[in-house]
Amino acid sequence: MMFTLPGSHFSVRVRVQVRFVLRALALVALVLTMACAKKTPPVTTAPPPVSVPPAASAAPPAPPAPQRVDDALPVPAQPLAEDTVGGRSLDDLNRDSPLKPAFFPLDSSDLDSEGRAVVSANAELLKKYPTWMITVEGHCDERGTAEYNLALGERRAVVVKTYLASLGISPDRIRTVSYGKEFPFDPGHTEAAWSKNRRAHFVITSK
Amino acid sequence: MMHLHHASRRTLAVAALASAVLCVAGLFVAQLRGQQQPSEIELVISGEPGTPPRYAIPEFVAASPDAAEAAKTLAQVLWDDLNFEREFYLIPRDTYGSVRAARTADQIDFAGWRELGADGVVFGTVQKVGASFQVQVRLFNVRSRQAVFSKEYTGANVRLISHTASDEIHLQQRNLKGVARTKLAFSSDRNREKISGPVQNRDVKEIYIADYDGENVRRITTNRQLNITPAWSPDARAIAYTSYRRGYPDIFVALLYQGLQEEPTRGIGQNFLPVWSPDGTRLAFTTNRDGNPEIYVMNRDGSGLRRVTNNPAIDVTPTWSPSGTQIAFTSDRAGTPQIYIVGADGLNLRRITTTESYADRPTWSPAPFNEIAFAARTGPGFDIKVYDLASGQTRQITFGEGTNESPAFSPNGRHIAFTSTRAGRVQLFTLARDGKNVRQITRDGNNYTPAWSN
Repeated sequence: MMFTLPGSHFSVRVRVQVRFVLRALALVALVLTMACAKKTPPVTTAPPPVSVPPAASAAPPAPPAPQRVDDALPVPAQPLAEDTVGGRSLDDLNRDSPLKPAFFPLDSSDLDSEGRAVVSANAELLKKYPTWMITVEGHCDERGTAEYNLALGERRAVVVKTYLASLGISPDRIRTVSYGKEFPFDPGHTEAAWSKNRRAHFVITSK
Repeated sequence: MMHLHHASRRTLAVAALASAVLCVAGLFVAQLRGQQQPSEIELVISGEPGTPPRYAIPEFVAASPDAAEAAKTLAQVLWDDLNFEREFYLIPRDTYGSVRAARTADQIDFAGWRELGADGVVFGTVQKVGASFQVQVRLFNVRSRQAVFSKEYTGANVRLISHTASDEIHLQQRNLKGVARTKLAFSSDRNREKISGPVQNRDVKEIYIADYDGENVRRITTNRQLNITPAWSPDARAIAYTSYRRGYPDIFVALLYQGLQEEPTRGIGQNFLPVWSPDGTRLAFTTNRDGNPEIYVMNRDGSGLRRVTNNPAIDVTPTWSPSGTQIAFTSDRAGTPQIYIVGADGLNLRRITTTESYADRPTWSPAPFNEIAFAARTGPGFDIKVYDLASGQTRQITFGEGTNESPAFSPNGRHIAFTSTRAGRVQLFTLARDGKNVRQITRDGNNYTPAWSN
C-alpha cells in the first residue's frame, strides 16, 4: 500500500496538468476564432461593385447594395495533440523505444559527448514521464572475453545510471543489469556490428 | 615395515593403527600378486624402446545378433578413449583386415597382431542380458600371449563400460588417472528458443552436460532464460551456475541427482561466475553488491561471506589454487584486464600477466601441474595461453584459429576444454596441455563456458 500512494499521487498530478493544458488550448482556440472573425476575409467584405453614374446625370443615388452578412467560417478545433509516447503499451515502447541507447568505445565504459547527449535526452523523457521505471542493460561486443564482459557490461550500465542520477533522475527508478556479450543486437562480425553491440540499452519496465 | 614394528612397541593405540595399516597393505599385496599371475614382469606392456606401446582394438565379439551394435560401439569408444591420453599408439582400426578374427580368446591370432606391430591387443566379448549388456574386456600382451588385464562389466550404457575399461587400463598400465568417465558442463543455445520479454530475439541459453567426448548430452536447466558459466562441485554431483531467471544474474546450485536448486546468495546484489573450492565447501564468485564487481567467498550454503578484493576497478572470474589457499582472478586495476593472484584471505596480491594486452578467465590446473591457463588477446581474437607458476614462463597453445576462450582444465591436468570459433559458430573443443590432440566436442548451436568434472 505504501508503494501505491506515490504512484496515485503522480497520476493525479498528471491528470491536473492535462486538464490545465486542455483549458489553455481551448482559450487559444477561442482567441484565434475571434481574431479570424474580426478581420473578415477580403472576399466576403469586398465592397459591392459600384455602378459609376454618368457624370452629367442627376439621377438619385442608387440604393446601397444589400449588405451581405456571412457567418465567419468556423475554424475547426485542432484535434488535441495526442500523446504518441505515453499512450503506447510497454511492449510497443520497448520495441521502438523513445529512450535511445548510448554507445561505447571498445574496451571502455566512458560516455563520450555523444553518449552523454543521448542519456541527457533520455533523462528529459524520464522527467516528462515520471512514473516510468527503467532497466539500463550493459552490453559488450564479441571482441572482449565472455567473463570480463560480464563485468564491463555492468560498469557501462552503472556509468549510465550515475549520469542519469546527476541529471536529476532518481536512482530508485533505475535498475542495472549486465548481459556481457550474451545478447548481441547485431550478430555480424564487423566493426559496424560491434559498435552497435557496445551499448547501454534502455528498457522501460513499468509506466 | 621396520618403522611400524618400532612404533608398535610404543603405545597400544599406535599398534592398533599399525596393524590396521599392515592388514590393508597385506591385502593390497595379495591383490597385486593375484593380478600379476602368472608373471610380474609382463604385467605392463611395453613398446619398442623409445616408443609408446602399440595397441590394437578389434571389434568386440557379439554373443548374439542383438549385441552386434554394442560390439562395434565398445571397440570404437575404447579405441578413442585409450588414444586420448597419448600414452599408447592406437593402430588404426581399418588396418586389421590381415589378422584372423577370433571368436574366443584361444583363437587370437597373436602372430598376425605381432606382424601388424601390436604390443597389446584387446579381446572383448559382449552379451545382451535383458536391458543391459555383459561385457568382458581382456588386454593381452602380444609377445607373451598372456592376459595382463581382465575384467567383466555389466550395464545398459556400453559407452560408459568402455570409458570405465579405459580408465582402468590407463591406471594399471601407466599409473595414470584417465578422464574417460568425466563430464563437461557448458551453456548452449542449441534448443533455439527465444526468451520472452520486452526485448525481442534473445536466445535462451541453458546449462547442459555431456560426456568428455561430447556424447550423452543432458539438459540440466529448463527455465528458458540466460544460464551461463557452470562450475562442477568436486564430487561432480552439483553444478553452480549464473542464471538470469529473475531478470538479473544470480548464483544457483543444481543438485544433479536430486533435481533440486539452491540459491546460496539469496538475491543479495547481483552475483555471477561461481567456482567451487577444491574441497567443495566454499564458492568463490563475483558480485556487484558494493557497486562494482568484486571477488567474494562464501560457504556453499551462503554463510560465512568474506570479501576477497577491494578495488574500484573490475575484479572478476575467480579460480582456486589446488590447495584452496589462493585465488587467481581478472582485474583491470592497471588499465587493462590482467591476471592476479591473491590469498583466499585477501592478502598477498600479485600480478601474473605482465606482457599481455588483455588476459581473462584464469583457470588453475590441478596437481601435479601448477599452471594457470587463460585467454589472451593475440590479434583480432583470443588464444589460450598457460602460465607455469614454477618457472614464471608462459606458453601459447592455440594459434589464431578462430577466437579461443574460456579454458577449463581436465581433472588430471593434461587437457584443456575451451571455446573456439574455428569451425564457424562457438563450439567446445579439448586439446592437450601441449596444444596437441585438438578435438571438437560440440556441433549443435553455440556452446560456451565449459567446466570439466572430476
